[in-house]
Order: sequence, then C-alpha cells, then structure tokens
Amino acid sequence: MEFFRLKKDIPFMTYARSTTIVSAITFVLAVFFLITRGLNLSVEFTGGTVIELHYSAPVESVKVQDTLIKAGYADVQVQNFGTASDILVRLPLKQGESSAQLSEKVLDTLRANAPDTEMRRVEFIGPQVGHELVSDGAIALALVCAGIMLYLAFRFEWRFAVAAIIANMHDVVIILGFFAFFRWEFSLTVLAAVLSVLGYSVNESVVVFDRIRENFRKFKKASVADIINNAITATMSRTIITHGCTQLVVTSMLFFGGETLHNFALALTIGILFGIYSSVLVSSPIVLWLGATRANFVKTDAPAQQQG
Amino acid sequence: MNRYSRWKYIFILAALVLGALYSAPNLFGEAPAVQISPANSVAQVNAALMDGVENTLKKEQIPYVGVSMDANSVKVRLSDTEVQLKARDLLQKSLGEGWSVALNLLPASPQWMAKIGALPMFLGLDLRGGVYFLMQVDMGSALNKQLDRRMGDVRQVLRDAKVPMAGVAHEGGNLVVKFKDGDTRTQAAEELRKGMRDMVVTSLDETRLALTPNPQALKSFADQALQQNVLTLRNRVNELGVAEPVIQQQGSDRVVVELPGVQDTAKAKDILGRTASLEWHMVDEEHMDGPSLQAAEKGLIPPGDDYYQNNRDGRPLLIKKQIILTGENVSNAAGGFNSQTNEPVVNVGLDTRGAKIFGNVTRENVGKRLAILLIEKGKGEVVTAPVIHSAIEGGQVQISGAFTIKTANETALLLRAGALAAPMEIIEERTIGPSLGADNIAKGVHSVLWGFVAIALFMSVYYRVIGVFSTIALAANVLFLVALLSLLQATLTLPGIAAIALTVGMAIDANVLINERIREELRAGQTPQAAIFAGYERAFATILDSNVTNFIAGMALIAFGSGPVKGFAVVLCLGILTSMFSAILVSRALVNLTYGRQRRLTKIAI
Repeated sequence: MEFFRLKKDIPFMTYARSTTIVSAITFVLAVFFLITRGLNLSVEFTGGTVIELHYSAPVESVKVQDTLIKAGYADVQVQNFGTASDILVRLPLKQGESSAQLSEKVLDTLRANAPDTEMRRVEFIGPQVGHELVSDGAIALALVCAGIMLYLAFRFEWRFAVAAIIANMHDVVIILGFFAFFRWEFSLTVLAAVLSVLGYSVNESVVVFDRIRENFRKFKKASVADIINNAITATMSRTIITHGCTQLVVTSMLFFGGETLHNFALALTIGILFGIYSSVLVSSPIVLWLGATRANFVKTDAPAQQQG
Repeated sequence: MNRYSRWKYIFILAALVLGALYSAPNLFGEAPAVQISPANSVAQVNAALMDGVENTLKKEQIPYVGVSMDANSVKVRLSDTEVQLKARDLLQKSLGEGWSVALNLLPASPQWMAKIGALPMFLGLDLRGGVYFLMQVDMGSALNKQLDRRMGDVRQVLRDAKVPMAGVAHEGGNLVVKFKDGDTRTQAAEELRKGMRDMVVTSLDETRLALTPNPQALKSFADQALQQNVLTLRNRVNELGVAEPVIQQQGSDRVVVELPGVQDTAKAKDILGRTASLEWHMVDEEHMDGPSLQAAEKGLIPPGDDYYQNNRDGRPLLIKKQIILTGENVSNAAGGFNSQTNEPVVNVGLDTRGAKIFGNVTRENVGKRLAILLIEKGKGEVVTAPVIHSAIEGGQVQISGAFTIKTANETALLLRAGALAAPMEIIEERTIGPSLGADNIAKGVHSVLWGFVAIALFMSVYYRVIGVFSTIALAANVLFLVALLSLLQATLTLPGIAAIALTVGMAIDANVLINERIREELRAGQTPQAAIFAGYERAFATILDSNVTNFIAGMALIAFGSGPVKGFAVVLCLGILTSMFSAILVSRALVNLTYGRQRRLTKIAI
C-alpha cells in the first residue's frame, strides 16, 4: 500500500509567497489573541486552590457555587469536570489565609449538604511557586531554542538554524494563540507539550534539510528552489505518515487520557498540524530567502572533486 | 551485506531478555503489607525484632505471606486488606510506642525478582494517591533567633574577659553592643574578635560595636537550619506512621514532603504544618511588679524583655529575651502524672548539652520562674512558667502547669517530634485521592495501548512484512523503556505515561524514515538487498539529527521543569535513547534474519 507516488516534484517554492502571507496572518492573529485575551493560566501559574470532588449523583455546579458563596467564599468558581457528578472548585489566593485549612473547610461546608462527597484532588500553589514556574518555563523555552539553533548551525548551517527556529516559534505562538482564543486552560502539562513540540517539529525541518543537503551534493546543476522542491516532495510521504502515526497516539490520549491529558493532547495536535505546514512552507522558503547556496554545503567536497 | 554477526544477534536477544525480565515485576501488581519502622532513635531494626513480629503473628494466628527486613524497617506481607488492618493493630499494641506500624503496599512479584533488583516502576503520587507538600523555610526569622542566642555568647565573652558593657541589642541582622567609653569599646572589640570567630566585628561609633555573622557562618547556619527542619519533619512523619515517605531538601530553603497513600490529609497537615518551636526563657523577676507590668501593657517594655499576655494561666509575664534552651536540646518527652499531686505533667529528657545548661541555670536561679514558650507563626505563647524549686541536674525535667491529660500529651508529642529550627510555610500542596490515582493509571495505560494498536495496524498494512518488523521494534522499545524506568526507579507520573505514549508515536518516525528510504531505493531500481542496506544507512544520519533535537528539548525540560514537567521529560529522554536502539538494531536484526540469507532475493514485502 502506498499513498504517495509522486512522479514530478511539487513546486512548493512558487507557492511560498502566498503561504507566507497565510502564515503571517495566522501568526499575527495568534499574537493578537494572546495579547487581547491572554492565556487562561492554570492554578499552577497563578497560585490558588483547586479542589476536585466526586459526588455520588450528578450535581449542578451553580448550586455548589451558591453554597460556597453563602459560606463566605465570594471569589469561588465552580464547574463540572468531565462528568456531571465531578466538579472542580477554584479559589484564588488570599492574603494571610493558610492553605492547610482552606481545603478542609470547603470540604466540610460541602459535606454538610452531601455527606458522601469524595475528595479526589486538592492543589494549592502559593504565589512564589507560580512566579517561579513562569520564569522557569521562559528559561526552558529560551534554552531549547538556543540548544536547537546551536546544534543545527553545527550540523548544517546558520541559515538552516534560523529558518528552523522561526518555523518552530511560529508553531509555538500559534498553539498559544489557540489556547488564548478558546480560553483552554494552560497548565504545566500543556507547557511540557508545547516545549516537546519545539523538539518534535524541528525534526520535520531536519528531515527536509537533510534531504536538501543531500540534493546539493547529488544534483550539481539544479537551482536552489528546485533542490528544495525535490527535497520536500521526496520526504512528503514520510512526513505525512510519521505525523499521522504520532497523531494516532495523541488522538488516543485525547479520547482515553481523561481531563488531565486532554489539553496536553490538544496542544500536541495543533503542534503536529502546524509543524507539518511550517517545516514545509515556512522554514524552507526562509532558507531560500536567506540565500542558501550549494557552496554552503559542498565546501569540503569541492577540492576533492577538482582533483578527481 | 544484510547480515549481522552472531554476537550481534546474541547481544540484541540478551537485551530483549533483560528488558522482559526487568519489566516483568510491573505485571504482578501489589499486595497489602505492614511496615514496622523505629519511631525514635533508640529503637533498632534487627533480627530479634523480626522474630518477635513473627512470633506475635503466629501466637494470634494471623496468617502472613512473608516477612522481610531492610536497613530501617521490617515488612510483613499479608494476603488481604482485612488481615492487614488486624495485623497492624496487633503489632502496634505489642510493640509499643517506640515503633511506628504503617499500612503499606508491596510489590507482589516473586522474591527472587526483588533480589536481582527487578522491581516495579515507582509510581508518583498522582498515580498512587497521597499528599505532596512543598514547604518554604523562613530563614530570616531563623537568623534572628540565632542572633538572639548569640547575645548570650557576647555577654559570656565579655564577662570572661572582664570588660564591662552597657548593653547588647539586636538590630536588623546585627548585634549592637554598647560601652561606656572608646577604650572599653576597643578592648571589647579585640576580645570579641578572638572569642567569636564567626562574627565580623565593626565599630559603629565611639561607644558602639556591631557584630554581623560572616558569610560562611550565615551559609552554614542556613544549611544547619534546613537540615534540622528536614530531620524534624521526618520525626513528625514517623509519628504519623506513613510508609515510604519522602522528605527532601530542595534548593537552599525548601523542603519537599511526599506522603504516599495518606488518606487523612487533615491530620497530616496538622502535624506537619505545626510550625511550632519551643524556647526556654527566664522570667524577668526584677520587673515583675505591678507598675512595670502596667507600663508594659501600654508598650513600655523594659529593654531585653518581651511581654506576654496570652498565657495559659492568664497572667501576664515579662520574659527575658535571652534563650536558654530550644527544642533542639530535648531528647525525649512524654505525658504523665505527678506522683504526689496526680496532676498531668510533661516529663522531658534533655541531651547532655541541654542538661548542663539547664543544671547551671537552675542552680543560679532557684526561686525564680522559668518560662517555656511555644512559638507558632512568629507568635509566642507561654505554655507554662514554673518556679524553680531546686537545681535540676541530670537533664530530667518535669513540667507542670495548666495541663490537661490531652494537652500534656500534645505538648509531649510536639517536644518529642523536635522543634523546627526555622518556621515553615506550605507553599504548594497536592493531594490526590486514591481513586483518582487508580483512574489515572487506567487512563494512561489505555492511551498507550490504543495508540500502539492503531500504529501497529497501520504499519502492518502499509509496509506489510517490514511494517510488522517495525511494529515488533516499537513493542521492544516500550519493553526497554519500561524496563529502564523500573531499573532506575524513576518516579512515574501521569505526564510520564503521556511521555511513554508520545515516545511510541515519535519512535515510529525512525522506522518510517527507514522504510520510506527502502521504497525509494527500490523505485530507483536497486536490488532488494541493496535497497535495504541503503535504506538503513542513509536514514541513520536523519534519525540521529532528529533525535538529538528532541533530546535537547527534553534535557532543557529536565533542567528547568518542575513536578509534572520533569517527570514527563525524564521519560521522554529515556524513550529517545531506547528508541534509537530498538528502531535501528532490533528492526534491522529482524530484517536481516528474514532476508539477509537469501542470495537471490527478488522481492521484499514493503
């Protein structure tokens, strides 16, 4: 069985202008939503208390919220979580209130009405921890970018490193844009997904770059655009199949992974889709525009060939 | 060209067998057990204890599966949870207070597996349920307390050197000492430099000296304070009777506490969260008169004193700031009754240093009162302020005050569990109920399983025989990863399981690259043998490159991630390593075994 049997190279580079415009628009939109709507940061980043409760029968989150507001928790947010009998209670940080008693008090309040309420999970994050997580996340992001750029510059050429990173940041910003637009909760696990998308989607660029390098050596007379077109066409099948396989697992997580893994899988799905697109239609044109030539790759081979 | 040498096959086979062996313990699940560990430093784990435990169980006819002993605990495996509860109650009663008997779960894998280090994966709290606390140590107030204690040393040094001084006070991280004139100040500076080598002595003006702890002293003090807090927490956790607790220093001023399987989180928080410490001070008897107390109530407190109104017996007290003893010097404590008055008391045993200091202080202060302060969250409360009837030598102290039987026992517990060197605050808490943990395991396992099945189906259909080999290689990858995680006993969390799933999805990339290359070479007119060879050779550079970039991302996550992110990244990085091995070597070995020996191979199923 085979999906792709392409006889001719697809002239990707001639579409580059229009696809770049599409990318630019998506990117700008993502940034726009990030600024105007912002990320719906989870309690891990903002600090606060989250309590997950399981009731023996379906409950209305509004009623639970009313009970808690009457008990003096004015800023409480209650929502159903997964099923109708699971609820999530969120409480913001309060100055001078100890976390230790807070969750107990909330639980006692709710158990007064429904004694068989089961505590599934409590998370309390103090303000200092949240700030640290934000800065650690930013450092990790910067470090991943720097590490990948260094490696690519060493293995290929700086133009490729720059192109790959731009393509990747494009993916990351778009994932964040989606999270901002839909107000999906951005948790630590999602951050892990976003950062692994960085490593994963750079793969895609690496595979194409590898082929470009090989082509530079193989086809001596072809134009740079043709070489890139051929490289992308030749790796097309692998690209789709690999990402398809990864997506199979991610979809499995989306269905079976429950609430905790849901947004993680969501971030990966967007990352995979845009990863394919950006490695083909963002990073390769950038390489072309940055002026990559044969000479960038065959320097070491050149003298040997002249002798022969 | 597509043949492996015999040793290479043997090597791959050996790796697979080891992989299977070390992942096997995960299949057996867990069995209920009771864990007996010392609750204080006197009790010791030895063969006699093990025999005692066995005899007790035999005598009461409680069936048990096995008894094992390690460096600091004896574990008894039992058939079911009902027997487990019975055994716990029985053993706790027969062993007494020196031991903490906790319910635990032990791997149900055969003993010989455990002997060769084949253990199931270590599950994180999100998978097994339990409590996680991150506690921040308040170093500022620890330092202030330390300075208060050094005040006494300043007095001692100057008294020994016979240099008169006009007073010593604690001002913003420094000790400030006052003198009558410049000469005494110069003389004192010299003596203090000699006598207190860890303090930097500087002149503030003509009559005052400032003493600041030097950087090494500050650092070693902070280290000690943190270590003591860790130790104290460990003692308190022992009081709770938790199996396999984790109490660790994190960074320079934080402590992580993990209590797997704890259900009663309220009690855990109560005992851990008590940021209480104990201090023993002299009551300032010279100012304990009506006018002074009235002035103190309005805020005119005599220098060197603190004013306490919130006593248990309701009478206000003026107490000297100088600390005589702290909880550090308490070696044991128990609630009890005074043999004459039958009043509830707390019996306290002091360590050698504490006993010596206490002996001296009580000898010099017969007839005066000694106050015991309980400091919680920066606020002090006078627990009791007994009159010293006679010098107390030998370090055995009986504290009587306004105790009830309950408060006496509580105070003893607090004393016994040791005091914290510095107050702590819970800055992060995660409690995971046991049912959620089990749910999370099921969800994670299903994600991996169905993801794997989908990929296996697709690969086998799309690449036929070679696709089946790729699938076997992928299965080998999961096997290696699980074996490695079990062997390293790295903590597996839900994000870790997500990383296993993601590894499955990403590891297939290497095989897709190889298979696509083989097809391409075949299309270009190569013979099947040459195509296989070229496919593996050429794809290698690409596989390496893409794995390195993934690995870089993973390492950055390990370095800067915390909690769930770190658990995810560790598994991801290990998965990258195992996938390199299985995708290239295992699949190649299968291909070589099948096709390598056929000289006239005209077709391969890809």
